Order: sequence, then C-alpha cells, then structure tokens
Amino acid sequence: MATTGTDTRLGVPALWLLATTAITLAPHATHLPAWLSALCALLLAWRALNLWQTHAGVHRALVALVAIAVAVALKAEFGHFLGKDPGVAMLAALLCLKQLEARTARDIRAAVLLGLFLQLGLFFYEQSLPFAAIALIGTFSALLTLIALHDPDAAPRDHLRTARLLALQAAPFVVVLFVLFPRIPGPLWGLPADAWSGMTGLSDTMSPGSISQLGLSDAIAFRAQFDGSPPPPNQRYWRGPVLTDFDGRTWRALRATTNAAPAYTPRGIRYAYRLTLEPHNQTWLLALEFPGHDLPTTRHTSDFQLLADAPVRARARFDLSAFPDTPVGLDEDEAVLQAARRLPPNSNPRARALARQLGGGTASAARTLERVLAQLRDLPLTYTLRPPRLGTHSVDEFLFETQRGFCEHFASAFVFLMRAANVPARVVTGYQGGEINPVDGSMVVRQSDAHAWAEVWLPERGWVRVDPTALAAPQRIEGGLAAALPLGEPLPLLMRPALSWLRELRHRWEALSNAWNQSVLGYNADRQRQLLSRIGLPQADWRTLGALLGASAALLTLSLLGWAYLRPRHRDPLDRAWARFCDKLARKGLARLPWEGPIDYAERLAKAEPRCADAVRAIASDYARLRYGCSGDARADALARLVQRIKEFRIR
Amino acid sequence: MLPTAAGHAYAGALLVMLVASINYNLSLGHGLVFLLAALAFVSIVDAFRNLLQLAVRPGRVDPVFAGEPARFSLLVHNPRDARRPSLRLRRPPDPTAAAFSLAARHTAAITLDCPTRRRGWLPLGRVVIETTWPLGLIRAWSVLVPDLRCLVYPAPEADPPPLPDGPASGLGQDAVQRGDDDFAGLRTHQPADPPRHVAWKVVARGGPMLTKHFSGFAGGQLRLDWGGLPAQLDVEARIARLAAWVLAAQASGQPFALSLPDGCGPIGLGPRHVHDCLTRLALFAAPADGDDRD
Repeated sequence: MATTGTDTRLGVPALWLLATTAITLAPHATHLPAWLSALCALLLAWRALNLWQTHAGVHRALVALVAIAVAVALKAEFGHFLGKDPGVAMLAALLCLKQLEARTARDIRAAVLLGLFLQLGLFFYEQSLPFAAIALIGTFSALLTLIALHDPDAAPRDHLRTARLLALQAAPFVVVLFVLFPRIPGPLWGLPADAWSGMTGLSDTMSPGSISQLGLSDAIAFRAQFDGSPPPPNQRYWRGPVLTDFDGRTWRALRATTNAAPAYTPRGIRYAYRLTLEPHNQTWLLALEFPGHDLPTTRHTSDFQLLADAPVRARARFDLSAFPDTPVGLDEDEAVLQAARRLPPNSNPRARALARQLGGGTASAARTLERVLAQLRDLPLTYTLRPPRLGTHSVDEFLFETQRGFCEHFASAFVFLMRAANVPARVVTGYQGGEINPVDGSMVVRQSDAHAWAEVWLPERGWVRVDPTALAAPQRIEGGLAAALPLGEPLPLLMRPALSWLRELRHRWEALSNAWNQSVLGYNADRQRQLLSRIGLPQADWRTLGALLGASAALLTLSLLGWAYLRPRHRDPLDRAWARFCDKLARKGLARLPWEGPIDYAERLAKAEPRCADAVRAIASDYARLRYGCSGDARADALARLVQRIKEFRIR
Repeated sequence: MLPTAAGHAYAGALLVMLVASINYNLSLGHGLVFLLAALAFVSIVDAFRNLLQLAVRPGRVDPVFAGEPARFSLLVHNPRDARRPSLRLRRPPDPTAAAFSLAARHTAAITLDCPTRRRGWLPLGRVVIETTWPLGLIRAWSVLVPDLRCLVYPAPEADPPPLPDGPASGLGQDAVQRGDDDFAGLRTHQPADPPRHVAWKVVARGGPMLTKHFSGFAGGQLRLDWGGLPAQLDVEARIARLAAWVLAAQASGQPFALSLPDGCGPIGLGPRHVHDCLTRLALFAAPADGDDRD
C-alpha cells in the first residue's frame, strides 16, 4: 500500500463514488458525443478494475495529458469551447479522470462536487420524470459517498441508514424551499450562444418538405386544458406564422404590426382554455383561432397571431380564450391585400395559365374560390408524408407531375392559384387537431400535428380559412394524420392503430408527465405569486416570501431539534424504573459509575447518605433480584412494588 | 457549529448551481440545489445530536517522567441506543486527535497524549470533543475541562554519577556501604567501575555492559541527600540527579531515603517508595499548576 499512496480507508467511498459517477453520466450519454461517452465508460471500467485489484494510482501526468486531449477534441467537435455543451462534456471527462487520481479524502470530495455539477448539467437537456428519478438516485449515491468517507468504521448498512435518515429529515425542508424560496425570473445575464439549441417546432418560412419533417415527430408541441368541452376537430386550428411573401419556392412571413388588443371584435362561441407551451424559442403562442383579449403580457399581430413578449424558452402557461366564429379582416389594409396578391414573375407558368382560365369571365372572388377548389378536387392529388422532391416551379410540378404532397404542397398550390386569379390569399402555418388524453382530459398537440392551410380574402367576409389538404384527405382534419395517410405510409410508431394498448399506456404516462410539468417544472415566479395570493397573501414580494420561508424553516428546525433531544424510553419497565432511580441520585451528584453493579452502588450510596441507606439497599437488592433471577407471576408483583418504591424515593 | 473547509467548498458549489438554475430557468436545478442545501442543513442537527448527551468522565492517568508524553484517559459514555460514529477528542491547540466511534450504550476509554516538559502537576485543561459526521461539511464541537491532571516526575539526569558511596549519615556508621561481599544486583556500567565487576556473561550474550553490584552489609541503606550534592548544581539539576539516583537505588535493591531541604523521607524500597520519592521531587518548590501549557 505504501508504494501507491492510496489510503485503504478510501476503498468504500471510492466505490460509492464510482457508482455515483456511473449513475450521473449514464443519462448524459443521450447528448454527449459518442466518442466521449465511450471514453468515460472506458475510464470508469479502468477505475473499477483498479479498485478491485491493484489499488495502484494512475500517474497525474497521464491524467493531465488525457484531459488536455479531451479539451482539444471538444473544441474540434463543437467549434467553440466556452458554452453549455462543451462545458458539460468537459466536466464529464474531468469527473472520470478525477476518479483515477483520487488518492485522498479531499480528492473524493472534489469529485463528489463535480458529480453534483453534472447532475445539474443534465437538467439543461432533460427535466422529465425519469431523468429526475435518475438524478435523485445519483444524489443519494453522492450522499452515501460522503457518509462513507466520514464514517469509515461502519458497515455499508449503517451508511444506508444514515443516508435514509438525512433524506427523510431534508425532505420537508426541500418542499418548503421549493415552494417559498423567492424565484427570480432569469436569465441574470447573457447566455452562451448554444443555450437554446435543439428546440423543435415551426419556423417562419415554409418550403416543400419543411412541415412533413415535423410529421414524424411524436414530441408534444403544447397542451390545452379546456374549461368545458373542447371545440370540434374541424375548428382546432392553432395559428402560427402567417406567410405572405413567396419567391416561387419558399414562403416567408411579412413584418406585421403588433397591438395590445386584437384587430377584430371577438364574436360567437367562446372557448376558454389553459395553454401549456413547450419551449420552442419563438415568440408565437399558437393560440386557437381567434384569440380574445386575455392577457396584458401578450401582443396581437395585424395578421391575427398571438405573440409572447419574449421567446418561449421554458415551458410556459397562458390562460387564453378563443372565438372560432369571429369574422376577421373585414376592413383589411389595402397594402396587406396588395401583398397577398403578389407573385414572383415567370414562376410556375402552367399554374398561372390554369388560374387565369379559372378566374376569367367572372368578377366575384367567391366564385373563383369555388372554381379553384373544384379544380383541385378533380386533380388526382395524393396526401403523403413522403412527397417527391420538387424543383424550381414547385407548384407546377406538384399539380401536374408528381401530384403527391403534404399539407404545405396543398396550401402553397392553392394560394398560388388564388393569387394568380387575382384573389388575395396567404398561407397560414400552425397546428391542426389535438388529441384528448382520456386520463386527465387535457388536449395534447404534437409536432406531427403541424399543418399549413390557407386564407383568402373575400369582400364582406374578410379573411376566410380554406384548408386545401381537406380536399385530398378530409380525414386529416377530423381524424388526424394517421387517419389521412394511405396504408403503408410510415407513421410515428405510436400512431399505428395496432398498438392501441401502447397508446393507452402513453396516455397515462403523458398525463403523469403533464402533472409533473405543471406542478414542478412550471413552478416559477408567477406561479409562486398565484399560490401566495390563494393562501391570502396577495402582492407578496421577496420580503414576504423570505419571512414565510424563515418561519417555516424555523418551525421545521425546532421540531428537528426536539427530535434530537428526545431520549428514547427504555422498553423494559424494570430498566425504566432503575434508570429513573439512577437519575434521581445523579441529580444529587451521586451518579452510578458505569462499572458499578446495583449492590456496590447501594453500598456507596448508603455511606454517602446514611439516612436513606435502608431504602437504597432495598431498592438495589430488589432490582438485582428482578434483573438476574426471579421469573413468573411473582415477578410482576415485585416489579410493581419496586416501581412504586422508586417513585416515592426521596433523598432528604 | 461551523462549516469545515469542505463545507465552504460545498456552499460555494451550491451558490454557483443556484445561479445557473436561475439563469437557465431550471426548475429541477432549483430542486437539486434545495435538496443539497437541506441535506447540509439537517447534517448540522445530526452532528449536534451526535454529541448530545455524551458523558465524558475522567479516567486514570499514570505519572510520567518529564519529556515522556502524559497519557490522559477519558471515559466517554454513550447513553443512547444508537451508535455514535466519527467522534474526535483533542486538546485544542494540538491538531492531532483521537478518533473513535461509540457503540450503543457503550463506554470507551480514550487516551490523549500530551507532551510534558516540566515536573509537577500537568492539568489536562481544555479538551474538545468534536465530530464532522455525517457529511464532513459541518464541525460540531463541545469544550470541556475534565478534572484530570497528570503527575510529571522530574526527568532523571541522563548520565548520573554513581550512587553516593558513603554511609547514610544519621543512620549509624557504615550502615550502607558498597562492598564486595554479597551480590546485590546489576546496574549500568560506569567508566569508574573495576573491570572485574563487569557482568561479562551478559556482555557475551550480546547484552549491555552491566556492573555486578555487591553490598558490603546485608540490607545496606542509602541516603540520597540534597545537601550532599556539589554546590555548583542548581535546583533542577539537583532534582534530576536525585531522581536518577532514586531509580538507580531501586534498581540496585538497596533501601534508600531521600533527603530534601524540606525534610528527610523514610527509608524504603519498592515501587510505592519510588513513587513517593519521585512525587516529592516532582512537587519540590513546584511550578504552579498550569504553567506547563504550551
């Protein structure tokens, strides 16, 4: 041992540390570069072998060399070194390396802290229930490492007991802190550029194939909890970016003006709901058409979208209302209509010709609309998630050659035809549909529900929604993607009809996740204020919170201290009585010495306090008899007498 | 109740994690930080409880010669039905501690070593019982002053001259005289000893140079007299020599008496007598208690 310099008492903590590291790093494998995960696994395996067999330390120079190599490789991998992703990856490598050179208690403590940092790092990527559970297990393991480090004499069972005790004691404090610790809405300062990478969702442009990419994603885009019954499926249009500008292939949004109030007067049936939006790093809220004037923090655009005041980078909740029957855009600005008629010159000549033919001879926009719809219905167009690739004249190719497309093809072709016939029209993207989770009744809208539809402007009626996809695949609107796609198309796994039991399971799981998201992950400064006003403390600021927190923590601490002072009662009545007797005398400065038997003690007491010598001797001899001899019925009586005598015993 | 160095590092790490959680809006990050903070906080109570109701009583202390470590024994009793792990007992300025654990309802005798320099009484003084259990983040301690002192004998002179040869005055002429008649034992060799008295058999076996010691009279008696020492020796040097002679006299097996300026002790032999003599030497014009703290 002397040659290695490793303290043998560190064996057990080192094993716990190894377990902590493995538990902490395993979920990181989902985002770390594969080579780094493999390197970490290799280093940990080496360490395990190391602990098991030789206890030989690894040379520090080698450790430093590997660390530098990893740093260089990470710079090459990510292109930058100071950011969230390379930072977490570097920490992971350092944690593994720290194990290899852990020789002292101090090294192990440092590694435990590194491990805790990495557990936090995991939450950058994933905060779902299973990951939280893994992190909790990792924290428990880190706790065990520290306990084993500071109590090397004990058996692992004792370590486990200590850890459990600490966890039980800490739990109420965690709850109080979580609820009452003043939450500060972040960020406190600028974040690294890669802070919000990896969020999926719609974008503000649309080209052929951009939405069908989302079609295969099962990820949840948002949830809606309706007060009362939800709107029927054909009114579940969740409005996202409105795309007016077209260059022949790609649709782009025009800059819209924003206002605190909507540009229309809400009318008709009102649906009130709570929208819980998954972070997508954009400002649009994907409100159900058409949102009422609900929240002061949101803005209404001139193209009827609802926007947040900042990109949604954390799961956020909004209490909104929708009026699907509201007529919108009755007195639309002429500039907007002009933009909605504009087409790039020389693009898609065949579609242009078709539109001129359909729009010719009639002045009515409504009539043109009917004709265009009839024409689209007549074309043998197929709805598919795997549309063929299209070239420059995407509308022509779709309408007359490939005739297979996803919603963006349909919307794009329809709007093109309408514009070519001189009717203002535009593409609207967003989500269409939503599935009610039977477990908790919330409506779940997934990325696969992403959709593109169209709006045309008709005099007297304003902007009217037209969903050209419905012409080719009416089931898409009523029954969702799975119902609309022809047989044999690839579907997200859980949309396949054969797997209904799995879907049932998923419903339950998602209801649980939803509850987790709402109550734990979504707990922020706003929710904290709401909670406090519900318990009768409106306008609570950080001072109120601090006072509440202090009071609750003080109460908990007092009860904990009460527990600490608690002296366990002797279970045996004889022991209890004898302890009481000894305590009485101890208060007079005549404590029993630990090695003193009852008779010896009584003799000493008799000498010190001759006046109660007889009583003391009698008690001691009774106790000795009951303790070391005497059983049966007589014992109970004798015991009762002894208890009584001890109770009455006084030193005069 | 104060955080240890590891506790400070832990607190710093937690602060960084909290700022990261706020910055990235991580609800679970808040949760993790709160969990870790709560664990550290309840570990304060657990550390405190680990010391609570411990009974520390003085144990035995054997006299030592100055220069040897005094070994104070303390009896630490755990009245609780649970183990108390990772306790440490130490004398405050001294960082080395006796580490121990106590089983349920168990008493342990813990020995604290403490260096001695000067003869006289050495009180144990302030003792700290402390624990960093369970997480090593918090140090809980309790100061106690056990009523415990150690008698420190004077350090015997390293290379003392041979025992005085002359008869013990006041005990009769020729009462004690070293002679050649009866073998009385062995003592360490002095350069002045005649070579024929060297115990060559012992040397041949690889042992030390010893001188065979013979008494002229049966039960020869020896008087170790303060006044008989050379005048140039100061008080401590005299005491050191007398202490060495007490030991030498005991080793030679001659009954001896110790005469100090404050009186002449009885004649005797045996451990008890040696102890009495050394105690007189230790406490002769002794420095006051507590002066020996370093």
